[in-house]
Amino acid sequence: MKCQHCEKTATFHITELTSPEGPAILHLCEEHARNFFNQDGPTHPATALTNMLAKQLKLDKVAEDLAVVDKKTCPMCGITFAEFRKGGRLGCPYDYIAFEDDLEPLLINIHGGTTHLGKVPHNSSGSPERQLRLKELKEEMKDAIQKEQYEQAGKLRDRISAVEQGESLESETSPDALPDDDFQAEPPDAQAET
Amino acid sequence: MKLDDLAHQTGEWMRGNGPESDIVMSSRVRLARNLADFPFVRKCSDKDRAAIAAAVRRAVDSLPLAADTEYIDVSKLGDLDRQFLMERQLISHELSEAEGARAVILDPHERFSIMVNEEDHLRLQVMQSGFDLETAWHRMNELDDLLESKLVYAYTKKLGYLTACPTNVGTGLRISVMLHLPALVATKQIDKVFRAFSKINVAVRGLFGEGSQFMGDLYQVSNQMTLGKSEESIMQRVSEVIPQLIEYERKAREFLVNENRDDLHDHVSRALGILCTAKKISSEETMHYLSKVRMGVNLGLIESVEIPTVNKLFIHTQPAHLQKLCGQKLSVSARNTERANYLHQHLIDPSEPTDPQRN
Repeated sequence: MKCQHCEKTATFHITELTSPEGPAILHLCEEHARNFFNQDGPTHPATALTNMLAKQLKLDKVAEDLAVVDKKTCPMCGITFAEFRKGGRLGCPYDYIAFEDDLEPLLINIHGGTTHLGKVPHNSSGSPERQLRLKELKEEMKDAIQKEQYEQAGKLRDRISAVEQGESLESETSPDALPDDDFQAEPPDAQAET
Repeated sequence: MKLDDLAHQTGEWMRGNGPESDIVMSSRVRLARNLADFPFVRKCSDKDRAAIAAAVRRAVDSLPLAADTEYIDVSKLGDLDRQFLMERQLISHELSEAEGARAVILDPHERFSIMVNEEDHLRLQVMQSGFDLETAWHRMNELDDLLESKLVYAYTKKLGYLTACPTNVGTGLRISVMLHLPALVATKQIDKVFRAFSKINVAVRGLFGEGSQFMGDLYQVSNQMTLGKSEESIMQRVSEVIPQLIEYERKAREFLVNENRDDLHDHVSRALGILCTAKKISSEETMHYLSKVRMGVNLGLIESVEIPTVNKLFIHTQPAHLQKLCGQKLSVSARNTERANYLHQHLIDPSEPTDPQRN
């Protein structure tokens, strides 16, 4: 059998299973096989993924919807869905929450399931929500310091270290926790005490 | 442990023993993990990457691992060393070619490696010679538990371990079994077998994976799904498929022997003849003939060569290995000459130590 791309004998018979259209069979000589394996071709998982995404999104959505989805941005790392779609790699753990609805059909397509059934880490405090909350708290603290609201900044600092020490986020929403609005309502003379 | 010493030793997966090792070269288990406090690698600043590498290094240093476990800064390695580690399957093409702070942590016996700042912050890999996923997974789970006691991983209850690519999310587990399937290739049944396997969501890929040029009728079988199943059931899935593939390959070998034993004998002997007598030979051609010789030895048609020798030659004749072994950089043409010398020495020199446990 001859190589698909030249007159040499095909010594490599490659079955490509990653394409969404089903298996593709290639017959290549050594040289073309090497090129095939070295390119970012359909064998590359990221490329296979972007192909799958493109196909799926086209099926599910009309162009206008797609444009809206593409503009979605992760509040944590700033990556857009369009950037993810092109590169096939996410920007940070929070993307799984920011793009949850758009990733779900993809996850079903790849894995058949959407719920983790495997190992649970002993320290499961590494949730993306917590990371985002920490980021927000740190920004608020920076802001408070800039506005010379030092008491508020101090409270935020305690809050940050509590979250960092592994305090659950739920306690923040409990009645005894201070919601952000309380800080704004503080009278100006409160700052003078610090 | 120096990289140059590594070149002379035989890594775990090249030992050529373990269950079903006439067909199964190695069993590998890989886990993808990311630190909760950093963005994924594509969004990392140089500072982030350096901080991740430092955090992993601190964690690894505090673990009860073998004393000569080595932390290698891949960004400081030259082309030859990086290619060498790649040929040995200790780092990936992606890690080799990436930029910025990145590292690999190596077990002195090459039973595990940990890549830092590859596609994910951590890629843990455990290797086992032959078909032995259970041992591989057991060791991997222990290593993961150890690291996890020092590092906080990005994780949610719903999606499990979060990874840069959604194809790895959940368990982050990729199981790969490398098989030598020369008879399925020779009888042109390999495509048919793969088509059958694609229906049950098990990926079969030629050679060593993307970006690699390793050849020689070597195929990798791995799971595709990582989410929605436990590690054990993913392992089970792959474990069930491998014995079928082994069976197909054995039948194909039997068919080749029955069809015309003399022709087959001639075929594999000529392959050995070329490897023993060539004066210049490329690595692709070497792989091509080594594959035939390996089958010939396993079928009892070639008696002068041992399987561990063939396995070793698969690796040692790769370009970077060859240069490491002879201690100097060589042009392509000089490598082809050196490779022919090396093959000649190891295939026909009677002083070559032999393994008495050959099957």
